[in-house]
This record gives sequence, structure tokens and C-alpha cells, in this order.
Amino acid sequence: MSEATLDFESDPYVANHPQTRPFWAAAAHGQFLLPRCNSCERVHWYPRPFCPLCKSQSVDWVPASGHGVVYSFSVMRKAEQPYVLAYVQLAEGPAMMTNIVDAEFDSIHVGQPVKVAFRRAETGRSVPVFTPI
Amino acid sequence: MSATGKAYIAGAFEHPTRYASTKSIADLHFECAQGALADAGLTFADVDGYFCAGDVPGASPAWLADYMNLRLRHLDGTEAGGCSYLLHIAHAAEAIAANKCSVALITLSGKPRSLGVATGTAVRQIPPERPDAPWEIAYQPTIVAVNAMFAKRHMYEFGTTREQLAWIKVAASHHAQHNEHALLRNVVTVEDVLNSPVIADPLHRLDCCVITDGGGALVVTRPEIAKSLKRPLVRIAGCGETVKTQTGGYIDLTRTGAAASGAAAFAEAGVKPADVKYASVYDNFTIMVLIQLEDLGFCEHGKGGCFVADGNLISGVGKLPWNTDGGGLCNNHPANRGGMTKAIEAVRQLRGEAHPAVQVRNCDLALASGPGLVMGTGQNHATVILERE
Repeated sequence: MSEATLDFESDPYVANHPQTRPFWAAAAHGQFLLPRCNSCERVHWYPRPFCPLCKSQSVDWVPASGHGVVYSFSVMRKAEQPYVLAYVQLAEGPAMMTNIVDAEFDSIHVGQPVKVAFRRAETGRSVPVFTPI
Repeated sequence: MSATGKAYIAGAFEHPTRYASTKSIADLHFECAQGALADAGLTFADVDGYFCAGDVPGASPAWLADYMNLRLRHLDGTEAGGCSYLLHIAHAAEAIAANKCSVALITLSGKPRSLGVATGTAVRQIPPERPDAPWEIAYQPTIVAVNAMFAKRHMYEFGTTREQLAWIKVAASHHAQHNEHALLRNVVTVEDVLNSPVIADPLHRLDCCVITDGGGALVVTRPEIAKSLKRPLVRIAGCGETVKTQTGGYIDLTRTGAAASGAAAFAEAGVKPADVKYASVYDNFTIMVLIQLEDLGFCEHGKGGCFVADGNLISGVGKLPWNTDGGGLCNNHPANRGGMTKAIEAVRQLRGEAHPAVQVRNCDLALASGPGLVMGTGQNHATVILERE
């Protein structure tokens, strides 16, 4: 499938979760949204249409700062192309699974400041990844 | 309702195979069931409760019940990953206490070795409808890399070292040398572990468990049946189970569900960690043992590195004899699920039937504990405490 025909709408990981469409629509334009609870005012991850912390159903998408720090990571060496799996703790509070990209493996460390970028998943949607600041 | 004292493990069997290319998964379940029933001195006609997990073909008790032609009045197919069988011990005790069955059979089997499954290093396949799938699959999470992130964080917060993690493998190998069925019987050193290839930094090849075919089974009965048999009495003294969730993203990678399942099991049994003479703790990776030992209360949070070092887990040498069959790191990890073999070695120790070189003297209280499923920063967890009467 060529890049031009790839569309987040047909991605099965989007199609199976219709309430996450605003996130992927924004991501396609390089914007990182986070789900924020209007009741307890906390951001959670991964996104639900309700707040998993207080169970309120009043949750809005808000623009993220795009900043965070590496909470933990591992360089997956036994792979055709080694890569970095990580948890990044977002400035807004929660931590998310992600990849650290465009970084020297040996320079990555816990506590390192990172900022968001986007990479196209093979099924069509753009997913948030992080690069060292 | 407390199931304490209402049920006993009367039969236990670990399949001796580690490579079973000529047998079906269903056949292995049957052979394990037969072995555990023979061990107890019971027959298939005595079984009225059947417990199994996601490793059974068809992912329901129905197919195996039909295959073995069981006559059941109670069934439970709770799937909680590798710890399912520890959870089934608890559920069997509850069912027996509630008079739902009298002889409960629990089986496990699988063939990842002969099928060439790259268990730890292949990217996890996540069905698109699972709620976490869109937020994880694109990052290519592997089981080993997720566990490596637990290790990396523990090292960062507490100064835990790779040498300390290596001691866990060293202890397992000391035990496995005496187990004729163990996949890996060579004693290894800390240097051997450190010099093995990196799989996912900071975990090396010898920090990871084996991949084996095989299986196991347990028979849980009501007290009067257990006491009528000719086997030593192993009472189910306390059980705990939980799901440690990912808490909406507010995570702690230095703890596991063992903190909750362990506390519940100790409370029900009315004992404390210092009373435990032998511990089976699921060892899919060295780091997971270290964190669970902390969570179970065998040492302080963050002090696991010091606790496991210098042979402290080696039977006859250290303070806490652990996984004396060689565990998942050296002996056996049938179907990529370690809960069953953890319970079986605990039963052997309580009966005095472990290998003489690793048998714990006067072993009257044992624990079996482990996680199940890889759910990012979370997991299922189950703990059982068993007592020799």
C-alpha cells in the first residue's frame, strides 16, 4: 500500500475504537492530544472516553505540551533492526509506552527530557514517539 | 467465605518431556491428568471438577472435558496467563468448601519449543479490539523488553546491579544440576550470565527463562478424601489473587501484583514471610523474581538486589531456598506458563520428595507465587501458601 492511500480511518486499531478518532485525526496533522477529566482535572493514559481515575464521563481532548522525561527504557537488541522501547512520563502526569527515536542508543538515560514526534504505523495511523531534547 | 483448611493438594505431576513434537497438546493434558491422579491414588472417575486456562485448545474447559470424557459438576476456565494454575488452586479450594465439587483436576500443557515459538523476543500480537492495542502495538513491545524496563527502573531507583540479577540465575542452575529432567543442567557463574548476549538491555540471554514443551497437573480434594489417601497431607492454607492495573498511566515499574496477592495469602494463612521454609517464585526473568521477593515481604522494597546476592536463594546455602527444581530459568516453562511448576515443586518440598540435594529440612510451610500475562506495566498475580500437616 502506498503512503498516499494509507488512511488512519481504515486502520483496524482506529476502526475498533471509534471514540479515539479525534486523537488520530489530530495526530495525522502532528498534534498530540491528551484526555483530561473535567471532574478530577487529571490527564490519564491510555485514552478512554471516561476517566479511569474517578470514573467521570466528562473527559475532553486537550493539546499536550509534548514534553516528558524517560521513565524507563530498553534497547531491544535481538531484533532485525534494534530499537528503543520506553515509558515516557508526560509533563501532564501519566506515563505512556512509546519508542525513543533519532537518538544514540548509548546516550539515552532515565530522567532524560524528550519531546513528541510522530511516526506512521504500518496500518495507517500516526503514533506519538519521542526524541531527546 | 474462607477456604482455609477446606482443601488439600492430593496429587501433583510434572510431565518429564521438554520436547514433544509427536504428541498433541490435548494428549499432553491427558497424560498430565493421568499422572497427577495416579500420584494421588485416584482415578478419572473420581474427578467432578475441572480447572484449566488459555493453554487448552479452544480456550474453554469444554474441549478437554470432552476429550478426556470427564463427568463434571463444576468447571472453571479462568485465564490469567502463567499464574492461572495458582489461581485455580484457590478457586478449587473455594469450590470444594462450597460443596460444588470433591475432586478438582487442574491441567496445563503446551508445545512452544517444538513449534519454534520465539516467546520473549517476537513482537507481541495484540488483537485490534483489545483496549490497550492502539496505544502499544506500534511500538513493537516484546516480553523481554517490557521486563527489561522493570529492571532498568529498579537499577535507577535502588542501584540494583546486573551482578545481583545474575545471582538469581546462578541459584537456579545450582538446583537444576540435580534435576534429571531439567532442560539446562550446567551450573553457571555470575560471569557466565554477564557474558551471555544482550537480548534487551539490561537483560542478557541467561536472565531469561527457557522455552519448553510439557505440562503438569494438580489434584485438589476435600479433607476427608485427602486423609483417606496414602500421600502426605498438603493443606491449602492461604490464597491471594489480583490484577495490578496500569492505573491510568500513574505507574510504578518497581512493584508487581505480588504485593496484593501475597498480603492476602499471608493474611488468610495467618503466617508471615519469615515463617516460610521454601518459596517457588515465578522466574520468567531474573528481575521479576527480585521484585516479587520484595513485594511478598521477604525483604524491604528496593533491597532485593542485596537479598538475592551471594547464593541466598540456594538450598542449603542461603536463607530462602527458592525454585529448587531449577525453575523456569533452567528446568521447565511449559506452554510459557510458570504457575503450575511452581506449585508442583512446593508440593514436592512439603512432602519431602524434592531431590535430596535440594530438599529443605523440616519443610512444613511453602509458598508458590507468580505473575500472569504481560499488560504493559501491569499483570495478573496469584500466591498460594501451602502447609504440611
